[in-house]
Amino acid sequence: MSADIEKEMWTSKLRKGWQKNLPIEKLLPDTQPAYVASWIYLFGVATLAALGVIVASGLVLSFEGASWYHYSSVGHFVNSMHFWSVQFFFIFMVVHLWGKFWMAAWRGRRLLTWITGALAFVGSIATAFTGYLIQTNFDSQWISYEAKDGFNSVGIGSRFNVTNFGQMILLHVAFLPVIIGVITLIHVLLVRAKGVVPPIDAFNNELGERK
Amino acid sequence: MSDRRTELESAPWSGRVRRYDLIKEGVAAVVIVAIVVAALSTLFGSPDDKQVTFKQWAVAAPADFYATAVQELAGTSGTAGYGAPYNHASDGVNLGPLYLAKWLGVTHPVDTVNDFVITPLTTVANAAPVADALKQWQGSDAKTQSTWATNYDTALTKANQDASKVSAGNYGPVPALAGGLLTMAQAGSLDGALLSQGNYFQSDNTKQTLFLGDGSYFNDQSTASNLQGSTWGMMNETGRYPGQAWLWLYSFWYQIPPFNNGDNHPFGANADAWIMLIMGALSIGLICMPLIPGVRSLPYKIKIHRLIWKNYYQEENL
Repeated sequence: MSADIEKEMWTSKLRKGWQKNLPIEKLLPDTQPAYVASWIYLFGVATLAALGVIVASGLVLSFEGASWYHYSSVGHFVNSMHFWSVQFFFIFMVVHLWGKFWMAAWRGRRLLTWITGALAFVGSIATAFTGYLIQTNFDSQWISYEAKDGFNSVGIGSRFNVTNFGQMILLHVAFLPVIIGVITLIHVLLVRAKGVVPPIDAFNNELGERK
Repeated sequence: MSDRRTELESAPWSGRVRRYDLIKEGVAAVVIVAIVVAALSTLFGSPDDKQVTFKQWAVAAPADFYATAVQELAGTSGTAGYGAPYNHASDGVNLGPLYLAKWLGVTHPVDTVNDFVITPLTTVANAAPVADALKQWQGSDAKTQSTWATNYDTALTKANQDASKVSAGNYGPVPALAGGLLTMAQAGSLDGALLSQGNYFQSDNTKQTLFLGDGSYFNDQSTASNLQGSTWGMMNETGRYPGQAWLWLYSFWYQIPPFNNGDNHPFGANADAWIMLIMGALSIGLICMPLIPGVRSLPYKIKIHRLIWKNYYQEENL
């Protein structure tokens, strides 16, 4: 295949771009910059770990149905795993987000990394909210009754009907997890491709600036 | 920010490095989080207060249920007067000149008279007085139906929802219909009838939820569980469990003026819409934070980063 023909191909463009920006050494590194040595860095991976437990417990719940946990002790345990992992997920993510803010982690052309992270946070709130709506208990009844007013007030309720259990369960187990999964994947790949942001004062000497 | 600094900060790191096992760290994190979550699940479980049913409501608070049924027939319930997306009864809330819900129309039509009372009653075999009342109602014109229901609703309100103390009047079949619906609910037949509306498959609980919310019983249950919006209920959970704490900022606006006074126009009366707008704007602000002058400079002015990279700064004598 001639170089000219290859140049025109989307596939070859994608492969070359991938190899250039995210070679396997960046995707699966065995070293990190020396400054990546603070407890704050643990909260990113902890968020992903909690997300893993959420997905695993959620998959089991999705196979057994939304009402399973009301009458099965195993179901209640799995539901509890889902519940507590969501709590930890948000704790870890909020600390991670604050940490990245105080690091000004968008520096060095990492704006998209910040944006995807913030989108994942906002999207996770929506996903968790739909989860609370499908608990099939008193809490979900009340949340749907109250929340409808907020969504209706700005017209969102005309399409996103929080009192429609069928719509909410499909959004929670299908649409929103896919969105969150894709955003999270892009976020993680960007972190690997761009590298961990260096300390704010790391280049003061090179630039002849005082801290 | 100088272009040179941006170049340096975006370039691959060429300084000191340390060993780092990405896979090992990831596996360890999953295992530790799973163990902690499993321990909490074993020790504390998760919240699961039983759902409120129409049978429960009708048995525990029959007068409230009966009065609510009458309100649905008279068109004086919260749902009957809601507006879009359920009906055209009112303009709904607004953002100044913007009536977004109204403009987007009635997408989930709810007819409280037929959906909540008449249709469910037609799905069961009723005793003679109720069956006769249904025939009388269905054989009358809308104006007459409205007169009967409004008369009885007014009289029942005057009697403090005590049907036995309502004075005689032109109520038509309304008392019998409300009584029939109460009997149906107490027998446990109304929950399914409201959901199915005569169909087989159904997964939309809108009509049940709206009817349930029109009465006092459901609201009283939420007050007892500290779930009302005026008491940070949005981020609370039933029992002694953490709720959606991440909604604290959303809930916060409902606690302060001018949003915490429903009679205060234009903001209190339209608090839902204004707060949704504020939170939407703040969410966009969070996503775009690195582009907002002032906010993006805070990490440089408040030097928390020196704590985060304390060791590195010491080692590099920065």
